[in-house]
Amino acid sequence: MKRVLTFGMVVAVGALLIFTVSTDLLPFGSFPQRQVGEDIKNAIGQQILVEAPEDTGSANVVTSVVWGYRGYDTLGEVTVLFTAVVGVLAVLRAVGKRE
Amino acid sequence: MAGMTVIVRTIARLLFPFTFLFGVYIVLHGHLTPGGGFPGGVIIASSVVMLFLAYGIERAQKKVSLLHAEVLESVGGLAIVVLGLFGLLFGTFFLQNVFPLGELGQLFSAGNLPLLYLGVGIKVAAGILLIFYAMLFAFRGGEE
Repeated sequence: MKRVLTFGMVVAVGALLIFTVSTDLLPFGSFPQRQVGEDIKNAIGQQILVEAPEDTGSANVVTSVVWGYRGYDTLGEVTVLFTAVVGVLAVLRAVGKRE
Repeated sequence: MAGMTVIVRTIARLLFPFTFLFGVYIVLHGHLTPGGGFPGGVIIASSVVMLFLAYGIERAQKKVSLLHAEVLESVGGLAIVVLGLFGLLFGTFFLQNVFPLGELGQLFSAGNLPLLYLGVGIKVAAGILLIFYAMLFAFRGGEE
């Protein structure tokens, strides 16, 4: 009985979530545009594509986003890598010492 | 780990410079072509790991020891932070691109982006090597 109730609740909540999302969806096949003003050419992605070479001087737009516009994010990524290496070293050195 | 046969050793010795050079190319051209510090560092690390597998840990350790890898990783991380502090030194924000931008598409362009990617490349290569070393030492009995 309990199991049936849980299953029913999960289905009900899931259906509710899908319904609330589906009423707000864009029509199928349309690309979401984040407009800045009235003009569709002012979408943020388009703006970065146009302005990145002059802003950062890099021919690779991905690089200009990764280190030019979002430098803090990549610094955090590097910190995550550092933490992962330190964690692996700590754990595996302890394993090696015990045996 | 004593290393592999003569065939594997010869192929690894012939392939190593090209693999290493390809990794360096990917790192240094991060601001011009697809790629950058993260994939380039992994390619460099895997070229060294290939040498380890072929020649055995004892001979490979003379080239890149555990201490080398540890120091290189810290140097890479430190280089990124120091390059970021240059922005504060010139009176703007942390990690601001304060160096001259140069001509678009040239190797020496884009200010500090290639230098940052160089730091990331060193750091990722040393980090992957360190993980490899740690696994190696953990599963052979802790003699360092």
